[in-house]
Amino acid sequence: MTAIPSDNLMPSPYGVAERDNTFNNPARRAPLVVGDSASFHAITEKICYVAEAPRPPRAWYIAFGVAFIWLNVMGAMILYLFFTGVGVWGMNRPNMWAFDITNFVFWVGIGHAGTLISAILFLFRQKWRTGINRFAEAMTIFAVVCAGTFPGIHVGRAWFAYWLFPIPNQMGLWPNFFSPLLWDVFAVSTYATVSVLFWYMGMVPDLATFRDRAVTKWRFLLYGILSLGWRGSNRHWHVYEKAYLILAALATPLVLSVHSVVSFDFAVSQIPGWHTTIFPPYFVAGAIFSGFAMVITLAIPARELFGLKDFITMRHLDNMAKIILVTGSLVAYSYLMEWFIAYYSASPFERFHFMNREFGNMFWAGWIMFGCNAVVPHVFWFKWCRQNKWMLMIICALVNVGMWFERFVIIVTSLSRDFLPSSWHWYYPSYVEVLTLMGSFGLFFTLFLLFCRYLPMVAMAEVKSVLPQADPHYHPDHQGHPGASGYAGELTPAER
Amino acid sequence: MSAATVKPSIRPREPRLWGLLAEYETPGDLLHAAERIRDAGFKKWDCLTPFPVHGLDNAMGIRRTKLPWVILCVGLTGLCFAIFLQWYVNSPYTQSASLYVLSGYPLTISGKPYWSVPPNVPVMFEFTVLTSSLTAFYGLWMFLRLPRYHHPLFSVARFRRVTDDKFFLVVEATDEKFDAANSRALLEQTHPAAIEEVKD
Repeated sequence: MTAIPSDNLMPSPYGVAERDNTFNNPARRAPLVVGDSASFHAITEKICYVAEAPRPPRAWYIAFGVAFIWLNVMGAMILYLFFTGVGVWGMNRPNMWAFDITNFVFWVGIGHAGTLISAILFLFRQKWRTGINRFAEAMTIFAVVCAGTFPGIHVGRAWFAYWLFPIPNQMGLWPNFFSPLLWDVFAVSTYATVSVLFWYMGMVPDLATFRDRAVTKWRFLLYGILSLGWRGSNRHWHVYEKAYLILAALATPLVLSVHSVVSFDFAVSQIPGWHTTIFPPYFVAGAIFSGFAMVITLAIPARELFGLKDFITMRHLDNMAKIILVTGSLVAYSYLMEWFIAYYSASPFERFHFMNREFGNMFWAGWIMFGCNAVVPHVFWFKWCRQNKWMLMIICALVNVGMWFERFVIIVTSLSRDFLPSSWHWYYPSYVEVLTLMGSFGLFFTLFLLFCRYLPMVAMAEVKSVLPQADPHYHPDHQGHPGASGYAGELTPAER
Repeated sequence: MSAATVKPSIRPREPRLWGLLAEYETPGDLLHAAERIRDAGFKKWDCLTPFPVHGLDNAMGIRRTKLPWVILCVGLTGLCFAIFLQWYVNSPYTQSASLYVLSGYPLTISGKPYWSVPPNVPVMFEFTVLTSSLTAFYGLWMFLRLPRYHHPLFSVARFRRVTDDKFFLVVEATDEKFDAANSRALLEQTHPAAIEEVKD
């Protein structure tokens, strides 16, 4: 790994040299940036170094190579699908949806954490979001790219995918606006657009930092164009902050609506296991749950590899683990409530479905889903588990496996065992489907690794604005004063 | 190079004084300086910072932006368009043989009415959010008059730190109150780390 040069850092004039910010002392705030990074210039230096280093760490090349190979596998599988037809997938009647829609819902769900961090935590004034929001937003966009691929390729004749949109055409045909599948088109395309706008808008001041530090002509030209001539004018910041607030306020109901609409794809139909009013909140909680698990999965290697431990601190990981615990509990509640309603409804089909889900021919998938999503996250009640990076990585990997299986169980067990036993049919994925799923991770990681190397990975301007010294009324002589805004104060010997 | 060989329109003109740039070390210093410049009655001046400084809008006397109202108007227009679109495309009243491409296409599904509000709510909502967000984004850059290819401040070497850790205040020479000597004296009273003339 390439070390971060510390000799060209300006010494922090404010003397905040805390490494551990996981203490729970209500008398003082924990610092959001720890160590010698807690000065404006150090933030610029350390974060720009990720993109300005002559070459990235060796692990970056290895990861990029592996991801790029899988991206090509995905491309090859999609071409094979296009040239041959959907028969190369294992789907049949009644299993019209299987891996394709499972992957779609899985990736859209992953994409929910970024907007939650950037918009909802912004509205709640959660300042710790600044350390993680940029790459969580990037992750959102790349997850939505992966998600958008699957409905596009599963329509059979992919070259007619534009029929999804209300475009005047020579056939005089319009889409059916009563169908949740069309609502989905609007929800996901709106979500993708708004996420990109929000991400890019937040990045402009940081791209200007890259421009002003550029040493080569190409970097100057590229970041100069991307930063739109931003010069940090306060008359600009005034409008910018207002626009950012409004985008956050728009994105907040949007993010909740997107997975609600995705759940309507199921809930509006009549198949047992799908026809449930609890689906919208259940899907939204599950989406945030899996999204935060993916954020942690990406954050832990990234902070190790790129020297960002001072910005993505243990406290950030601890906070995210708490959100996983909360949303995981919501998901567990939904599972239990589904069982209860199946019993309480007295509908024989509903009762059969849930018996079949847990004890039928695919019981193992049902229990992977329940175990990984409803049981495993509860280890995060223990502080030791929330603050151990290996535990975090393992639990988050299990959560993502569990959430993929949740969608698979909902889709395939419901479709393969519907009302009439005469129409029952089992489903086996073909190798093409399995490789396309694995290839979608290649697409995701290829985009993410390129982002890490070429764009500002942490929102520098926002992190600077939450430092204690960013407050105009901050005074270094008032350290530890209870009124000093956000300042951490000195550690007492007991806390050390 | 003589004037005869070069067209007058492309001959570089002499750089003129564009403004005075003062550099500050902390947001607090900049805030107090901004209050003095505001009270001195300047109109064409600006503060330039690496991040939005809390309270600087008041210290500069910036009036609230009207961008939210623009977003509201366009968002409501988008809502109306979404309602109209959904009514139009599945309505039997808009069928037209002469304008076939834009003709409505009524779908009879499970005996449901051609028009009712509940199934149209998701698309109404999403389309409102989409148009509002696009307005917030593009409206922002229009309000800021960006992207912009060049700005006189970019010719000052020390100004490169504005996106890093330094805080600047600039008074433009075209301001009615501007006077090269007096304005410099006023800026010097605000304890800047440096003052520099900006030429354009």
